[in-house]
Amino acid sequence: MSREELMLEVEDLHVYYGAIHALKGISLKVPKGAIITLIGANGAGKTTTLTTIAGLVKARSGRIKFMGEDITNKPPHTVTQMGIAMVPEGRRIFPNLTVYENLMMGAYTRKDREGIQEDLEWVFQLFPRLKERLTQLGGTLSGGEQQMLAISRALMSRPKLLMMDEPSLGLAPLLVMEVFDVIKKINGEGTTILLVEQNAMGALKTAHYGYVLETGKIVLEGPTDELLQNEEVKKAYLGVA
Amino acid sequence: MERRLKTSTKVYLTLGLIALSILLLYVASKTLDTYAIRILRLIAVFGVMAVSYTFINGITGLFSLGHAGFVAIGAYTSALLTMSPMQKEMSYILEPLIWPLNVIQTDFFTATLAAGVMAALFAFLIGYPSLRLTGDYLAIATLGFSEIIRIMALNMQSVTNGALGLKGLPEYSNIWWTWGWLFITVVVITSLTYSSFGRALKAIRDDAIAAEAMGINVFKHQLMAFVISGFFAGVGGSLYAHLLTTIDPRPTTIGVMLTFYLLIMIVLGGLGSITGAIIGAALFAILSEWLRFVEGTMHIGKWTIHGIPGMRMVIFSLLFIITMLVWRRGIMGMEELTWDKLYNWILRLRPRRKEG
Ligand SMILES: Nc1ncnc2c1ncn2[C@@H]1O[C@H](COP(=O)(O)OP(=O)(O)OP(=O)(O)O)[C@@H](O)[C@H]1O
Ligand SMILES: [Mg+2]
Repeated sequence: MSREELMLEVEDLHVYYGAIHALKGISLKVPKGAIITLIGANGAGKTTTLTTIAGLVKARSGRIKFMGEDITNKPPHTVTQMGIAMVPEGRRIFPNLTVYENLMMGAYTRKDREGIQEDLEWVFQLFPRLKERLTQLGGTLSGGEQQMLAISRALMSRPKLLMMDEPSLGLAPLLVMEVFDVIKKINGEGTTILLVEQNAMGALKTAHYGYVLETGKIVLEGPTDELLQNEEVKKAYLGVA
Repeated sequence: MERRLKTSTKVYLTLGLIALSILLLYVASKTLDTYAIRILRLIAVFGVMAVSYTFINGITGLFSLGHAGFVAIGAYTSALLTMSPMQKEMSYILEPLIWPLNVIQTDFFTATLAAGVMAALFAFLIGYPSLRLTGDYLAIATLGFSEIIRIMALNMQSVTNGALGLKGLPEYSNIWWTWGWLFITVVVITSLTYSSFGRALKAIRDDAIAAEAMGINVFKHQLMAFVISGFFAGVGGSLYAHLLTTIDPRPTTIGVMLTFYLLIMIVLGGLGSITGAIIGAALFAILSEWLRFVEGTMHIGKWTIHGIPGMRMVIFSLLFIITMLVWRRGIMGMEELTWDKLYNWILRLRPRRKEG
């Protein structure tokens, strides 16, 4: 037993898309209560890692354990019910549902009315702007508002583990900072977070521990303050010489 | 600024509308001629079929072309239950009807329920393998299944009486049965659409993968919607058979043409709108009767024009194309006619009158 309790453990994960070997034996650990980040260039396999954990993509081999239970290749609805939620790449909110209906979809697997109401209030605290737009169709929100909705929708399942795929993509600098702040706030309330980002600087400053992914393999890992000082990381991902 | 009515007001308005509808239907049944009443009945029967069809094609977002197959199952099931044993013995001249179908007879309500259940069962059997497909592939698969059902009806002589079909069915589908069933269909489909189940269906329609990531079992939900839609298609089939008083396996009666007519109704009305489906059904029923004259012989001045059979559908298709060019998303779009909308519409009318 390690000192810290593990929430998620991925062991030697291999994923293929037809002949494309997208993940070539990935192993990572997400301790309870932490923010873990996964950074890497385009096509490195970040999204694939998350969608495989969520059960949307099947693993060829390897193991995914969540709270001690094997969830490898379990259907997505089972994984969600166990307490994993995802903010998917590109937001993917439901354009023809209202903001309120989108939020309720996040809580779809829940039965506790009071808990849902509580979480709704919490989400409005995080993003007051959503409260003003409850009856607006999701598709008519601005890009930034859609991202807030996507995060809130995922939170509505009251997840133990929240996986976020590039939540800062396409947002104005001020909003990017706001999103990273919100991630810390969500984590502060006790939700464990697995964060995938292109914005390596923001991600490394937000997370506690990081993994660097290159063409389907983890090439580097460590506490984020160490990664921020690492010469390789600086050159390749932080844009400083 | 959108204004909303109180829920209690809406309940009273709805009850009032129901009472008014019953009164109007009563007056219509007493004063209108049989031809006009027949069109009224046809509107309700098409309404049942169209509402159940838009539930699967518009609300669940599955492109099915198999609706007529379920209508056919319902029509035959119900006809076989309402015909008297003697009538059956006289109709099945080539091969006798198999036992126990040759001896049982039920009332119309039971027969219609059985029609719905049988169609739902077939929807399950067809949906289970084909709902693993999406988009165009699903459309082709369902079209294929509905054609298989029609061919079965054509060839299972000792069950369906083959090409001879079933004739002389009692004309049970009066105003009350047809409009009553339309009412039930609308109530059930509307409540489902606005339940959390319906919300999940719409989420799947918008983005199936995101819906799956929310923990929705996409396949199970779609299959359930397909079965419910099949049930009401079967009910529609029962009503249809007892309106026409005859049922046969021609493509225009229960085959692919019926599916296309239904598709026209729901797309014209606005795909995914229940109000739209009923408007589409009404327009289709009225226009297809009214346009009958173009197929007859006409005298314009000194010219005599001989009607061309099928001309109705040509005109109908043209009207359809023009409508779709004007209203891209159909008459209602994805919207429903609600009391709130009506109220806001009236409010908007008022100030203008003051200015004028
Ligand atoms: N559905 C798919 N079919 C085939 N190949 C795929 C599919 N999805 C991803 N890939 C391939 O798998 C590899 C990893 O893709 P993935 O989307 O996981 O990368 P990523 O790290 O998220 O990239 P980005 O930062 O651009 O989002 C890429 O080479 C990609 O082309
Ligand atoms: Mg990605």
